[in-house]
Amino acid sequence: MQNVEAINLRNIKQEPKTNYLTNGFTLKSWLLTKDHKRIAILYLITVSAFFALGGVYASFIRLELLTPNSDLLQSATYNRVFTQHGIIMVFFFLIPAIPAILGDFLIPLMIGAKDLAFPKINLLSWYFYMAGGGLTLYALLQGGVDTGWTFYTPYSTTFSNSYVMAVGLGIFINGFSSILTGLNFIVTIHTMRAPGMTWFRLPLFVWAHYATSLVMILGTPVIAITILLLALERIAKVGIFDPAIGGDPILFQHLFWFYSHPAVYIMILPGMGVISELISNFSRKKIFGYEFIAFSSIAIAVFGFLVWGHHMFVSGQSLYAGLVFSFLTMVVAVPSAIKIFNWTATLYKGSISYDTPMLYALFFIGLFLIGGLTGLFLGSIGLTVHLTDTYFIVAHFHYVMVGGQVLAYLGGLHYWWSKITGKMYSEFWSKIAAIIIFVGFNLTFFPQFILGYMGMPRRYAAYPPELQVLNIFSTAGASILAIGLIIPLIYFTYSIFFGEKAPANPWLLPGLEWRTASPPPTENFEETPIVTWEAYDFTEDSGLDLEDARNKYKVTV
Amino acid sequence: MQTNSWIPLFPEQASTFAWQVDALYFYLILISVGFTVPIVGVILYFFVRYREKEKFATGEEIHGSIALETIWSVIPFVISMTIFLGGAVVYYNQYRPPAEAMEIYVVGKQWMWKLQHSTGQREINELHIPVGRNIKLTMTTEDVLHNFYIPAFRTKADVVPGRYTTIWFNATKPGKYHLYCAEYCGLNHSGMGGWIYVMEQRDFDNWLSGNVSGQTPVQAGQDLFQNKLGCASCHEGGASQRGAKLEGIYNHEVKLASGQTVIADDEYIRNSILNPSSQIVEGYQPIMPTYKGQVTEEQLISLVAYIKSLSGGTGGSKTTTTTTGAMNSGGNTTGTSGANSNNTLVAPRADRGAANNQGSNPNAPETRSEPTNTQER
Repeated sequence: MQNVEAINLRNIKQEPKTNYLTNGFTLKSWLLTKDHKRIAILYLITVSAFFALGGVYASFIRLELLTPNSDLLQSATYNRVFTQHGIIMVFFFLIPAIPAILGDFLIPLMIGAKDLAFPKINLLSWYFYMAGGGLTLYALLQGGVDTGWTFYTPYSTTFSNSYVMAVGLGIFINGFSSILTGLNFIVTIHTMRAPGMTWFRLPLFVWAHYATSLVMILGTPVIAITILLLALERIAKVGIFDPAIGGDPILFQHLFWFYSHPAVYIMILPGMGVISELISNFSRKKIFGYEFIAFSSIAIAVFGFLVWGHHMFVSGQSLYAGLVFSFLTMVVAVPSAIKIFNWTATLYKGSISYDTPMLYALFFIGLFLIGGLTGLFLGSIGLTVHLTDTYFIVAHFHYVMVGGQVLAYLGGLHYWWSKITGKMYSEFWSKIAAIIIFVGFNLTFFPQFILGYMGMPRRYAAYPPELQVLNIFSTAGASILAIGLIIPLIYFTYSIFFGEKAPANPWLLPGLEWRTASPPPTENFEETPIVTWEAYDFTEDSGLDLEDARNKYKVTV
Repeated sequence: MQTNSWIPLFPEQASTFAWQVDALYFYLILISVGFTVPIVGVILYFFVRYREKEKFATGEEIHGSIALETIWSVIPFVISMTIFLGGAVVYYNQYRPPAEAMEIYVVGKQWMWKLQHSTGQREINELHIPVGRNIKLTMTTEDVLHNFYIPAFRTKADVVPGRYTTIWFNATKPGKYHLYCAEYCGLNHSGMGGWIYVMEQRDFDNWLSGNVSGQTPVQAGQDLFQNKLGCASCHEGGASQRGAKLEGIYNHEVKLASGQTVIADDEYIRNSILNPSSQIVEGYQPIMPTYKGQVTEEQLISLVAYIKSLSGGTGGSKTTTTTTGAMNSGGNTTGTSGANSNNTLVAPRADRGAANNQGSNPNAPETRSEPTNTQER
């Protein structure tokens, strides 16, 4: 990388005297910051802590399932462990991970703005996240919650003797973090693009976040209302969901999934945005079918609101409702397929380098293919009667959420790590870790498809002995996956203190975020950039001195 | 099959629609492989073929292609429609119980399954059924959501408090199959399972006759109706009765005071007992008190069964709402009363089994024991 540094100097005027990291060292300068980049760092630290906690719960789940009997954990504990794994991973890791960390950091940089439209609201979002997360942690320490992350009624309102309301309130408060972040992104993308940065010059990462923000704003209030209704029934005994006092338990499922299905797209759309960046930039050519990828994100966001009923195929909903939701589910598969085809076509006649982020992109496509295709199994209503509520569905959503979103997040984190910290990580260890994660992930979750078809129900602390072999595979895979996830923690931390200094633009890419120092100054750009090139433009039009860089590279090698 | 192989891959196929579900599964596996292999192959090929030859080289400028976009939008859409249609056909078969079916009532509660045959036998966490007969389960729960799931039959349905849900199946192979609760229901969720015993008709008849049946649901319902709850004081008596006429209403249209017309199905009868003022029948006063909290789910099932029995011509329930002579002789007086007898048919096969085998079945008093004769088959 030292070679690249020499080359880079031509494209960057000069190193700024202070960057956003060195602009103030007090705790106050962090906790009261209005800088989107510092807020992203706050999210990075806290979201990672929640990810680790969720991972600890996951480890206990897999250890318990090593044997058919409920021996390591009794049912009461096991039920809390899987519930808390789900709640923490969904609400406090998957939903904020890419938007709040990478989105917060990069959207202003990518569109050539100094900050988000509402810097104070951005900070407020983080405090909502912390308040919600803190309340949830408090509930977990008090004894936890055992309703499953889905909070199905009437169990959650009438029967559960756990801390449902504290966790519910935690999620309720955390929801405002999502809403405000989404609002901030939408206003920023509309109003703060640099001169020349037209809508169709936006990086696809920004398009994906625009679609995600729409879902955050429109969907999150519904879960907030649902939690309020749940509280009304649990505390004040107003009959809304419990039929014993005049309610309807299915109503809860409609309300819950009306948010929680679109929430799945909050989790995956930003990941797709990251992958579009990686594929295009590491092939060093314009992405294939830019408009189709951009609008497929919007299509996913819109159709995502129309398919919630596919979570309720066996809940007693009518034949016709089932058929309509099955049909719409098939339709929503198409935009995802379009993305995969366009990514593949982008590679054609590219100049592909095998850097770690690209490795993650490759693994993402493989795992997302399996995750998406098994979604068709579950959308096909005749098949899903057998498959739903089994390990097949557990495997499916982990392929999408972990194989998709987490790999995209890790790929993005590696890709922008030099920009965020100004340091380079170990290329060797990062590749090793990526491969370990890929292998461990597949070994963990692929056997669960078979377990599901065998009929093993989810949320079981004990299972029939004939299913043990597959469960042993899964637990073994989880151990490998855990190792693969710990390695990046080590080399990322190492790189902050001992890593090589990163150049402004290590891969010589055209995106605006690469046209400022690493790490960027507090105001992002020394002067407002004027955009005259299309997205992913690797020709001389982009203003990068590519010819010169190539020649210098040859000399320094 | 699944117990012999080291790594089990497929559960046993033991119902009439299990093969359809499996066929759909294989079709989807085929499509998945058909998509994954070429795409991954092409990606890997491009990765090798277009590996960077010069640092910072620029890839070829290709913007996109409307033709390609159309092709790869339309093809996945068409394929997804075949998956939808395949699923719809299979689901239609799973969803619609055939008119002619043996009825069994299921009540879930934390954390057990209580089942009752229409001939009166009760079981807990076990269900004995004959091979080759249509079986329809009418299910509800006393507390939270449950889900009645039999992987070998490839069917499941949520069991929802406050309403009835149904599933049906026709077992094709005698044997012992897992029954699970598949909807999380609290502390001992994973313990809320049991076994389905599918038996040859002859063995089933043996089993049926070997068990003390007590009252059938219809008999129990009649007892509640006429004695315990006193429904008869308003709903019987002919022209002068104050309550709505119940004879012959089942599966027929009922005109409500609100002007609506509804079909009097199980759900309607249930609601009319628990929440009478919500659906007043045209021509009657809203004077019936609610019975909410006064009847258990099992009593409700009995009442519904009794009211159904008042409408003779209900197709399948004719053959299944049976009381055999042997059972009636078991000290039960209400079962043979006039109101009931003309609606109660005697199922010849069950009767024969009862006559031939009474007392000779070693499993006779123990409802929960395994039917050894089927297992060795």
